[in-house]
Amino acid sequence: MAKITYHTHDNKTHTVDVQKGLTVMEGAVQNDIPGIDADCGGGMACATCHVYVKEEWLDKLPAKEDGEEDMLDMAFEPKNNSRLSCQLIVSDELDGLEVNIPSKQG
Amino acid sequence: MNKTDVLIIGAGPTGLFCAHQLGIIGLSCEIVDNLDKVGGQCIELYPDKPIYDIPAVPECTGEELTNNLLQQIKPFNIKFHLNERVEELKKNESRWHVKTSGGVEFDVAAIVIAGGVGSFEPRKFPVKECEKFEGNSLFYSIKDKSIFKDKTISIFGGGDSALDWAIELSNTSKVNLIHRRDGFSGVEASVQKVKELNDQGKLNLYTKFQLDSVLGDKNIESVKIKHDEGEIKEIKSDYVLGFFGLIMQLGPILDWGLNIDKKTVQVNTENFETNVNGIFAIGDICSYPGKLKLILSGFHEGALAARGCFKYAKPDEKLRFEFTTTSKAAQERLGIKK
Repeated sequence: MAKITYHTHDNKTHTVDVQKGLTVMEGAVQNDIPGIDADCGGGMACATCHVYVKEEWLDKLPAKEDGEEDMLDMAFEPKNNSRLSCQLIVSDELDGLEVNIPSKQG
Repeated sequence: MNKTDVLIIGAGPTGLFCAHQLGIIGLSCEIVDNLDKVGGQCIELYPDKPIYDIPAVPECTGEELTNNLLQQIKPFNIKFHLNERVEELKKNESRWHVKTSGGVEFDVAAIVIAGGVGSFEPRKFPVKECEKFEGNSLFYSIKDKSIFKDKTISIFGGGDSALDWAIELSNTSKVNLIHRRDGFSGVEASVQKVKELNDQGKLNLYTKFQLDSVLGDKNIESVKIKHDEGEIKEIKSDYVLGFFGLIMQLGPILDWGLNIDKKTVQVNTENFETNVNGIFAIGDICSYPGKLKLILSGFHEGALAARGCFKYAKPDEKLRFEFTTTSKAAQERLGIKK
């Protein structure tokens, strides 16, 4: 298990234990955290699991594949710290990760 | 009024195979889809990408899968209603009266929702005031390009639609192309062409910029764009175009009295009927314990839902289980000549 913190747009903070090997997207969906739609189910085909990663975690994450950057073009208000949460696999290294969920996903 | 046994909502692989299963058991159907083409997510999201988990098909693309399904349902001459979104359902004694966005009406015995994750709608600008100009000087698709002649157009996006329209419109209009990063997702040849046009002064390319605000009274007069580093530029624009792909919205399905949980419709696993008699849901849009969002699951769900429709379409007849290998009736419906 690793602790992942999701800050939602309504200024609420949800810290949940997510099983290692699952994605940050799945952690949100399984714990009913609002704002992660994940329409395509993790296929990097929809950009509705878009999150902003807290700056200090950015360089601990795996690099983006081209497909992820292309999909982020479609995301709602993408920024430099934008990632698709379906591409972030939870591991010991990500224990404590914090992400912000945008106000909407489309 | 189109009278048929079953209306299928959604022309993705699940909807297409359900049509096949209906045809095999002797029921007629018509299919409505909000997109302008058949294939659903397979065509809209990944036409060229390979799929490896269709049983007995080691590898195929979304486009090939769609074409094969169309080939398979050809004997049934199914009527498609594309560019139409189902808006209204009304129960009319034992049948359903259905109306689409374009005013097409159906009289059917049962409805199968194979709507994926909803209908595809253009993704819009996050900036609020854009709504005010939408459809008048701000667009997410182009219907009549002649209105842009000799005008100044600001195009946002980095995919093929944005690049193709920037290139095309630069012949007759003054084009600004604005994209949030230096890289583009469109094809390399178009990216090169856009850079060439920019170097020749035939188009103005702004990268690492995003829309900040839109100015104007009745029509757009200019847009402010903001650089990653905070710099804001104001550029004159008569029209603004946004090409950010499509997003899926459940839309009117929410108003049909169905049990909905997290954007999916709850069904039973015996025949994939919803809580409303005569309305079935299959594919990505349905949920039940153990649901897998796989195309193969959608095929199974469609086969059972088709049989579930039978009692509504032919209440006085009994459906007998048959194999296509040996059933004379099924082979006749498929137009097999021996």
